[in-house]
Amino acid sequence: MEVPRHWRLKKQRYALVGEVCPHCEAKIFPPRDVCPECGGEAKTTFQFSGRGEVYSFTTIYNPPRGFEENVPYTVALVKLDEGPIVTAQLTDVDAEQVEIGMPVEMVTRRLRQDGDERGVIIYGYKFRPRSLAS
Amino acid sequence: MRKVAVLGIGQTKIAEHWEFSIRELAGEAVFRALEEASQPPIDGLFVGNMLSPLVEHQSSLGPLIADWIGLRHGEAVKVEAACASGAAAFRSALMAVASGQMEIAVAVGVEKMTDQHPRDVTFGLATAADADYELDQGVSFVGLNAMIMQRYLHTFGWQSSDLAAFSINAHQNALHNPYARLHMAITREDYERSHMVAAPIRLLDASPIGDGAAAVVLAPADRLPPGNRVLVTGSGAATDTIAVHSRRDPLFLQAAWRSARQAYQQAGRQPEDIDFFELHDAFSIMAALSLEAAGFAERGQGPRLALEGDIRPEGRIPICTRGGLKARGHPVGATGMYQIVEVVQQLRGECGPTQVPAARVGMAQNIGGSGATILTHILERD
Repeated sequence: MEVPRHWRLKKQRYALVGEVCPHCEAKIFPPRDVCPECGGEAKTTFQFSGRGEVYSFTTIYNPPRGFEENVPYTVALVKLDEGPIVTAQLTDVDAEQVEIGMPVEMVTRRLRQDGDERGVIIYGYKFRPRSLAS
Repeated sequence: MRKVAVLGIGQTKIAEHWEFSIRELAGEAVFRALEEASQPPIDGLFVGNMLSPLVEHQSSLGPLIADWIGLRHGEAVKVEAACASGAAAFRSALMAVASGQMEIAVAVGVEKMTDQHPRDVTFGLATAADADYELDQGVSFVGLNAMIMQRYLHTFGWQSSDLAAFSINAHQNALHNPYARLHMAITREDYERSHMVAAPIRLLDASPIGDGAAAVVLAPADRLPPGNRVLVTGSGAATDTIAVHSRRDPLFLQAAWRSARQAYQQAGRQPEDIDFFELHDAFSIMAALSLEAAGFAERGQGPRLALEGDIRPEGRIPICTRGGLKARGHPVGATGMYQIVEVVQQLRGECGPTQVPAARVGMAQNIGGSGATILTHILERD
């Protein structure tokens, strides 16, 4: 497991830092430097609120290598309030309770451990249910 | 650009070929294709493959296979586009011949998947997704397709078992294909009983992996007398964002639409002219999305074609006539070449009980990743 690759992503993983396009104001996550809406250069950083709703979801029974310990777990496409969709695990919720449209908020959790390889523990965003009032 | 014809085809059965290496499999398909083509001198070899560095610890498949087939010192290169590697290699060979850079080019798709533990193969397949923003979140490749399917069912009001009709058709057709991985008819009840892999995707929504290779020899059309030739009349390739979450509309295969439009325009054809369609049903949801993006169904209405029998060999738009990915099998980097080989078999009238009557115009569509690379080809009998 490559340490610099994960270190490089820390602003995105820990704080949902993306970009805002200075030309058309589109909010961008993950950062991509060229605005997907207008094609202009977009390098201005923007921190997302971490609030959104479930756009779609699935429950994983056969995980890729490295994610065995949490099986089964739920992964979702979360549509952030600011517009972009992000792929993330859901946490603090039973799979049967998840539905499309459910309001969620970002939390920081352990994503995985690389086992015997280098001992790196990777943290990052997951999303948990939030009450509509909060 | 010159017109290009298919001189020969070859394929191996898709199976767990523990006794054969990747070079032997590729060689088998190429030798069969060259034999059909009456052993022409080859100018170049294009190898479609996805996983060899990860699963076989072998890169540099161009010279590896060129050496094996006796093409010593000839140009040979591997083309990688995840599960669309096969069609990408075919398009490279097509462009080489059409442009005049080569007289005779061979395209072979080959994949060896059963040497490793399935979990490592699952990981390898997932590298087609965005490593930083999809894979590191723990989503598998099946999981990405499952999220697309879940949203599709929600948006268009289908039940997951409505998609079973795609798998039933594929399995039925594979019964008559000796090269297919699975020879086993299934029913809707079998589908509903099969276990969840990543909800709502069941085992019987998903295509099986396997080892296999398929090859085609291409040459300028004027080397053959007109009448009874198989010509490549349309070729299109397009891409979309690698991550599903970055798509403008995750329920529409933009790259399928774009590459199909390109192929239709080149061939001077429309969806109504296509006699049959070998599409990329890695998961049943992809069959629906492919039909919609290629112009055979309105958005959200792909499953209707399956439920009403339009996709069967005798239907309006037959698909997966040799079993599709679902039952012929999905040796990922070889799949696109199997599709091309099967289109040629249909155009030659070699498909027995699943022969499409009077097949003259066939189309193949190969999807890489969850829709990131898509190639569409049209072949015709003249």
